[in-house]
Amino acid sequence: MSEVLLEIKNVTKRYGKQVALQNVSFDVAPGRIVGLLGPNGSGKTTLIKIINNLLADYEGEVYLCGHAPGVETKKLVSYLPDKMALPTWLAVTEALNLYANFFADFDRARAENLLHSLKVPPGKKIGELSKGMQEKLMLTLTMARRAKLYVLDEPIAGVDPAARDLIISTIIDNFADGSSLLISTHIISDVEAVFDDVIFLKEGAVDLQGEAEALRSQHGKSIDQLFREVYRC
Amino acid sequence: MKPKFDPALPIYTQIMEWFKRLILSGKLSPGEKVPPVRELALQLGVNPNTLQRAMSELEREGLLYTERTAGRFVTEDSALIASLREELIRQVVGGFLEEVRALGYEPAEAERLIKKYGGETE
Repeated sequence: MSEVLLEIKNVTKRYGKQVALQNVSFDVAPGRIVGLLGPNGSGKTTLIKIINNLLADYEGEVYLCGHAPGVETKKLVSYLPDKMALPTWLAVTEALNLYANFFADFDRARAENLLHSLKVPPGKKIGELSKGMQEKLMLTLTMARRAKLYVLDEPIAGVDPAARDLIISTIIDNFADGSSLLISTHIISDVEAVFDDVIFLKEGAVDLQGEAEALRSQHGKSIDQLFREVYRC
Repeated sequence: MKPKFDPALPIYTQIMEWFKRLILSGKLSPGEKVPPVRELALQLGVNPNTLQRAMSELEREGLLYTERTAGRFVTEDSALIASLREELIRQVVGGFLEEVRALGYEPAEAERLIKKYGGETE
């Protein structure tokens, strides 16, 4: 019914005296890939935690398909955290079982195909995998859900540049039709061709936002160049 | 067959340009079926909506057409292809002559220069 999948309205978040997010507003329409861009400490992860109901104490409004973050919205959002969120003693296949039990929209066959194409060894325990492999596993688990919104917190930060193309094509190839993606990253150049829209967060506030193609023709610059200008010290 | 895009320019126009050249050079034949949007987007590492936009624009220009159930195809209008190809080579030659002139040569010398150095490429 609504034309907006995710709605962020005047969100402010404080940790004591420190302001982590300052009056942040934006919408994500269905079928869009949105880049949430900013250096470390700019508020990306804080905002993502609010969307995923991991932080409740904030001002402003957040709606996912019209619902405030809560039990209901966990079914709509597939979330890739910035840190390994599963116990390291779990085997890869057990992690798949866990997701299959937990999420009704988890597509196990898709997950197994993805593990295979990303060359993640299914028999190993998570703790035995390299950091890059752990990220590939988490990406598999996240993208194998048939969610409305995928929220990926720094999906390429831990993989080597050669593997980035593979990660990016995995993301493009696997998000469900009509669903949207919110991808946070501080590495722009390898991924900018993937974004419909970009949001630049600076010190907790939105510094610049718009359609990636429109920003390119308006400024005659790449998103990466704009990023470097906005965050120049 | 993966082109390199300049991220400082809109990507959809560069995809259009790339695709246009595939058609005008005959690498894609008249009436040939075009791969699905997601497949092409994946191959190029670009956003599927960006690719969709480029395809729609090329449809508007008459180089592609869609049949509801069967998919997207290269136009069978070979006269259109021929005239656009002529227009493109006119631009290529124009650009070349501009550089020749910028280096202080007379355009009339271009033919001699092509004969002298033309064998060196390829």
